[in-house]
Formats: sequence, C-alpha cells, structure tokens
Amino acid sequence: MPADGPVGGVSADPAPDQSLDSLERGLDELTAVDPDHRSVGQRLARSVLPPLVAIGLILLAWQILVWAKVKPRYTLPSIGDVWGSLREQWQDGTLQHAVWLSVSRGLLGFAIAIAIGLPLGLLVARVWPLRAALRPLLSGLQTLPSVAWVPAAIVWFALSPATIYFVVLMGAVPSIAVGTISGIDQIPPTYHRVGRVLGARGLRAAWHIVLPAALPACLGGLKQGWAFAWRSLMAAELIAQSPRLGTGLGQLLETGRDLSDISLVFGMIIAILLVGIAIDQLLFSPLERSVLRRRGLLTG
Amino acid sequence: MRTVPAAMQTEAVRAAAEVPAGTPAVRVEHLVKRFGRGPAVLEEVSLTVAPGEFVCLIGASGCGKSTLLALLAGLEKPTAGTLSVAGDRPALMFQDSALLPWLTAAGNVELALRLRGVPRAERRAQALELLRLVRLDGVGQQRPHQLSGGMRQRVALARALAQRSPVLLMDEPFAALDAITRDVLHEELARVWRETGVSVVFVTHNVHEAVRLGQRVVLMSSRPGRIIREWDVAPEGPRGIEALDVAEVAAEITDQLRDEIRRHAR
Repeated sequence: MPADGPVGGVSADPAPDQSLDSLERGLDELTAVDPDHRSVGQRLARSVLPPLVAIGLILLAWQILVWAKVKPRYTLPSIGDVWGSLREQWQDGTLQHAVWLSVSRGLLGFAIAIAIGLPLGLLVARVWPLRAALRPLLSGLQTLPSVAWVPAAIVWFALSPATIYFVVLMGAVPSIAVGTISGIDQIPPTYHRVGRVLGARGLRAAWHIVLPAALPACLGGLKQGWAFAWRSLMAAELIAQSPRLGTGLGQLLETGRDLSDISLVFGMIIAILLVGIAIDQLLFSPLERSVLRRRGLLTG
Repeated sequence: MRTVPAAMQTEAVRAAAEVPAGTPAVRVEHLVKRFGRGPAVLEEVSLTVAPGEFVCLIGASGCGKSTLLALLAGLEKPTAGTLSVAGDRPALMFQDSALLPWLTAAGNVELALRLRGVPRAERRAQALELLRLVRLDGVGQQRPHQLSGGMRQRVALARALAQRSPVLLMDEPFAALDAITRDVLHEELARVWRETGVSVVFVTHNVHEAVRLGQRVVLMSSRPGRIIREWDVAPEGPRGIEALDVAEVAAEITDQLRDEIRRHAR
C-alpha cells in the first residue's frame, strides 16, 4: 500500500479514492468557517469604553446637582465627601474587613445555594409529580422578597450567622432552581434522541446530555441566583445587627444611618454596587462568554 | 502519513461481522403504527434487510418513512406487528447532524464509544481512527459550529459507526447539503459501507439518491404508509451518479412515485 494510500486498502484501484480524498479536502477548505479577525484592542474599545463613558456622565450629573444645591450638603454629599469617607474607612481597615466579610459570606451562601438549587431543579424538571407540585411554588418563592424571611429567621436562629445564611438561601435557591428547570425545558428534542440512540439513560443521560445541554440557561439562572444572594445578604446584614455577626457592608451602611453620616451611607451604597458588578464581571461574564463561544452561540 | 496498521483499523471500524449467519439485519413483519387514536401512519409494513445490504426507502411526505426508522431505532413503540434488529441498538443518523455543541468533533465520537463501554485508554485512538475513516483526522479538536455542513455529517457518520452496530439507519442525512457536497458524501458513504460491511437503511425523498446508493429501492405509499413496490437496482452496491441506468431506473421510480402522489389529489 502506498504511504498516502486509502485507509481501507479494500478498493482494488486506489486512484479514484485518492481523487475523492483531494476533492473532499478541497471542499472542506472552501466551506470551513472563518474565525473572528478583530484585534484585542478593537474588542476592548467596544466593551470597556461605553460603560466608562456612562459612569463618567452619571458622576457629572451628580456633581451638577450638588453644585446647584438642590438639597443641603448633609442630605446630598458631593463626590469628594463620599471619596473622603471611603478613604477614611479604607485607612483604618474597616472597609477591607467589611468587604471581605460580606463577600465571603455571600460566596459561601451562594455555593450552598448551588448545591441545593441545581439538583432540586434537575429533579423538578425531570420527575413529573415533583414538577406539578413544586414548579409553581418555586416560581412564587422567586418573587417573594427574601427580606420577608428576616424576622422569622431571627426568631428561629437568633442573631447568628445561621440567620444570614438562611435568608441568602431563601433568596438564591429558587432562582437557581427555576433557571435550571427552564434550561432543561429548552433543550432541543434532538439531543434527547441522540442520547437515547447512543444508549444514555437515567443518570448517564443527565450527566452526558441533559446538564451540558442546559448549561447556558443554567448559567443565566446562576447569575440571577448570585444577584439574589447578594441583595438578600445585604438586607439581612442591614437588619441583623449584633457583635456576633461582625461588621459587613450592610452593618456599616446601618452605622452610617445611625450616625446621620450621609457620606458613609453613599460610600457603602457604592461599595455594595461595586462588589456586585465586580463578581458579575470577573466570575460570571467570562464563564458565560466562554461557554457560549465554545458552542458558537456568541456573535461579535 | 495516514496509513493505519490493519489490526488497529479493524478493531475500531469493523461493524457487521457480529450478525449471526442466517439472521437478517432487520426484520419487520405486519408492522402497524398509529399515534394515539389517529389514523394509521404505517399499515402492514413487512421488510427484511440482509446483513451488509444497502436498502433505500423512498416515498412522498407523510409516507411514514421517518416513523419506520424511529421504530427501528427503538425511539417509538409499534402498535402491532413484530420487529427485530440485529445488535443491541442500531445507529441512527439524522438530517441535522445532531452533534452535541459542547463537545469537540472527537469528543462526540468518544461519547458514543464511552456509552458503548469502551475503556478510556482506547477511546482517543479509536475516535481518531473513525475520524480518519471519514477523512477528518485533522479536525478532531474543532467544535461542530466551526465545521461546514458536510463535515458535520461526516463526524455524525463517524459517531454512528462508533456504536459498532451492524445496522446503520439514516434519515435523509444529506437533504440539507448543497449538491456538490452531497455528491461527494455519496461516494464517501459508499466507500465506508464497503469497508465496514454495515447494513444500511437509508430514507430519502430524492429518487436519484436512492437509485445511486441502494442495492434495493423500496417505494412507500402515503397515508397510510405501505410498501408498494421494490426494485433490485444494483446488486453490486452504490454506483457513480453518471452510470447510465441510474437515470433510466430513476425515471421509472419517479413515474410511479408521481402516480402515487396523484392518488391523493381531490
């Protein structure tokens, strides 16, 4: 057999097979999909510049309101006042400590919420009695503001970290579960058929077909779950004040209100917002983009 | 260098050897299928496919040819009649390649191997060997969306062969491709069929495709689906599109297919 001959060596005459080979490779070359040719600089300019401009405009509008004295200084601080307050909190280490405490609580609570919400969503989506029974309940829980659980949680768990985690879970679990369910519902039926043809059933079908097929929509659910976890955490920290709970961002915000320190209040609102944006941009957006890009679902 | 040691090649590629002698690859007798209380989609369908045979099923829309494939693949249950297919589970290729977009080309083939119970250590080499069989050894690490329609169907063919089923069911697999690509894939499929010895049941509504590929062409009527006539077109297997009698037989089958469609005019 010649070194570049046909794979099978079955056909008696190798010539037509070789001509088919080159024909096919030519077709592949002509029809292959072109990759994105835009440079990193161009992509950055399109993704980073617009939000920076938007933030700049908002800050400018804020400062104009301050200059116009629409409200007295002790109810509407200037950008400089808020910056000074944040710097003060940073210099004595209070801010870093509060950010770390809140973020670590938020992420731990979120991780527990995933561990509960994902399997719950999978079960409710795939087992019809559970689906009929729990689906409306989960959707309802999703609209219930989790801050409504704070009084009950304080009665059950007193002022302990358990109170805070309970509220975070009640906020995040329903939206993670609902995201998983709708992710599974949107799987094209062909994938289920492929799974059955290849012999995947039960847990193997869940692992090899259902979960990966539902992943993009699940990620949407996780992203929303994080948003719910973070705002539930802030609500819980704002209400549950105790030396046992330490000083997170929510407690620091409440301290600002106690002291009528409007600069501190504004500074904390900005800090809470920035943490939310940072987690979204550093954790979820890259994850989501890489999943979508690998599947060819991302354009531009 | 694309030459492969013969022993390794047969390991990954061989398919039909497992059909016991004297047993047909597919046997369908008096098969009836209706969905719920609706009219029969298939009525009294009987069909036997010999091991290694290439059979094309042809018919107009609504003749139940895809339903018949779904029954053979075990995706649907028959209402009445008997049905047996050699091997555990026949391989099925869809019109849309149905590759899983979260896996690479090689990953799709490896999943089929994994679900068949091939040990991890052997999967990669076997997947590569199967991709080589459809001449795609260079694109194993690419994702389905990076491949053209014809390349995707070849990966799907490699994945179907990875099931190492003696029976390969194909549901209009080339219908969505452009004419040049379809033509090349016909030759590709003919070559793979000769090398693997797999039995093929190929559903299409393209008469030329059926006559060119099949050893036997089976014409089905519509509503309800019934087998109305068969042609032994080419005992030796798939021919070139330029073969003279392809056009002749195709014309005859087309005439009968049109008569069948006219029957439904009101």
